[in-house]
Amino acid sequence: MAEEKYVVEVDHLKKYFPIKSGILQKEIGAVRAVDDVSFRIKEGETFGLVGESGCGKSTLGRTLLRLIEPTEGTVKINGIDMTSVKKKDLRPLRPSMQMIFQDPFSSLDPRMPVGEIIGEAVREHGIVSKSEYRDYILKVMEDCGLRPYYIDRYPHEFSGGQRQRICIARALALNPSFIVCDEPVSALDVSIQAQIINLMKDLQKERKLTYLFISHDLSVVEHISDSIGVMYLGTMMETGSKEDIFAKPLHPYTQALFSAVPVADPDHKMDRILLEGDIPSPANPPKGCKFHTRCKHCMGICSQVEPEAKDMGNGHIVKCHLYDDK
Amino acid sequence: MDKNTQKARLKSIKKFNAVKYKEYNKKQRRKRIPESEYMTTMADDHNILEFDNLRTYFYTDAGTVKAVDGVSFQIPRGATIGVVGESGCGKSVTSLTTMGLLAGPTGQVAGGSIRYNQKSQNRAVDLTKLPRKEFEKIRGNEISMIFQEPMTALNPVFTIGDQLCECISLHMPELKKDEVEARALEVLELVGIKREGILNNYPHELSGGMRQRVVIAMALCCDPQLIIADEPTTALDVTIQAQILDLLRNLKDKINASIMLITHDLGVVAEMADYVVVMYAGRVVEQGTAEDIFHHPAHPYTIGLMKSKPMLGEKIDRLYSIPGNVPNPINLPEHCYFKNRCESCVEACEGLYPELVSLSKTHKVSCYLCGKKGGEN
Repeated sequence: MAEEKYVVEVDHLKKYFPIKSGILQKEIGAVRAVDDVSFRIKEGETFGLVGESGCGKSTLGRTLLRLIEPTEGTVKINGIDMTSVKKKDLRPLRPSMQMIFQDPFSSLDPRMPVGEIIGEAVREHGIVSKSEYRDYILKVMEDCGLRPYYIDRYPHEFSGGQRQRICIARALALNPSFIVCDEPVSALDVSIQAQIINLMKDLQKERKLTYLFISHDLSVVEHISDSIGVMYLGTMMETGSKEDIFAKPLHPYTQALFSAVPVADPDHKMDRILLEGDIPSPANPPKGCKFHTRCKHCMGICSQVEPEAKDMGNGHIVKCHLYDDK
Repeated sequence: MDKNTQKARLKSIKKFNAVKYKEYNKKQRRKRIPESEYMTTMADDHNILEFDNLRTYFYTDAGTVKAVDGVSFQIPRGATIGVVGESGCGKSVTSLTTMGLLAGPTGQVAGGSIRYNQKSQNRAVDLTKLPRKEFEKIRGNEISMIFQEPMTALNPVFTIGDQLCECISLHMPELKKDEVEARALEVLELVGIKREGILNNYPHELSGGMRQRVVIAMALCCDPQLIIADEPTTALDVTIQAQILDLLRNLKDKINASIMLITHDLGVVAEMADYVVVMYAGRVVEQGTAEDIFHHPAHPYTIGLMKSKPMLGEKIDRLYSIPGNVPNPINLPEHCYFKNRCESCVEACEGLYPELVSLSKTHKVSCYLCGKKGGEN
């Protein structure tokens, strides 16, 4: 049996941002934005990354594409170790990995027409010959549900949903195999959200795309993802297939996070696990398990020893002292 | 030629606006306003607030934006009303009009009334006609507002204590300085963030959830009768959102106030509200109890909105999406505003905007489709 192909393999990835102080800019500490994260994404699948703001989801997404240099660990995309590639050799690899940003209002250059926004990188990377250029751009725009006459318009003439389509078209124009989507629907209205999510799913089927889908909206993540990772304070608390995580969340944080989502049904019974307090600062995370300060099942060992990643079967990995290896 | 007509159009808009501005300024400058002008009677004494055909227009250079166009609903005493809609549907403008915070002369109330049941004076007043001096007695004291973005609602250069105490001493001038401080600590305890030295903290030293609690505390300073919460949890994470919603629910029972909750999140509304008002392009398309709206939605827009939101634990291959976009608020058509996006259009939809039809005692909807059904029953 052929082994399953992983498009993205992340091993023990760390990203620390130094905190500097004083005239000499001495390093006095570090913000541990991403702290020892490992996961894999299969070809053509979507990995949903959830967590509260400040837990390091966006930093992780950017570190994968080496928009931020990682501190430690390795990232392999399509089998190539991105962390050891030299900067000048990185350029030809860029088209295969793209990003869709959160805010469609600030991620488009207001002075460029749509055709230029989508086409700039295509020309730069020489994806198609000059004679085919315009037809190619129109084809990409059509795929993303943009009308051909939009090509000469400017971003301010479009609504939020249309702009997000332009952002998607810009990423797709380079024929990527892997796209990091950093909260692509958070800034949009509910009815427009559904349009964009459907578009992203259709494109994935057509082009066999692999997504890393970052979002704080759990219902959206459940809808679009095949597997899910839950982050808290830079650490991946739980990873597994969508079915496993949603049917049987193991980590106390995952359980609390899921129970906090309001349900659009007035008869829904609320047996909510309310988390006390706020996320601790990532510059000074708690010792031991990072979640122990807010955890209901906190034991003596939790504040002393950081839990190991334990496999509970079927690739369901959890970092918590409550569970033992299967 | 085309350019000239464009120019002429802009000129006529400017002229029209100038007249409107002048009228507005004249009205604002009046010194003595007779009481009879703003006194009114409530339709139902049990209500705390009644919107009656409220219309708020913005006279901009590009044309008149009818942000709120004929909105009518009631807020019963002690109830929570949820106002739902997408961005630009006029829900925030409705709340700003209620608070008298419209930026004039561009934004003006073009008609209709907001009747407020002022129990302390044993009278009912029309908030849209209330003179400024009178309004100051109500705003903050009896009706208060929680704003959306806690970072921008708080002043970054003053401490939490300064901002809370300023609010309290302005509204209760009879209190002494130490009494004001004691009151500030009291409201902070109410929202659950009383701790040593909190009054000396600056907003940037607090987390998002704590800042939102401070904003809520500020709204609670004078034991308001009605709290208008404009997207109070949109900027917060789900776990913090759960805390804040829990807090609002408990507070409502503690101080026996009514809440008008403005949000775009159907889940939040389902959890909090007794009554729900669904708005679209400046009009109420459907209103009723939470039960009516969530179990028997009647308007195609409400149905579409519910279907397009993925639910936890629900398995569907493809999300339903409402085609098209919200119409341009300038030059809205005569017919139903939702017609071009609606999948269940009938012939009657070509006609004038449908009236609100009662499906039951509490449930009202403005759609030709439902009018028929109601007639058959």
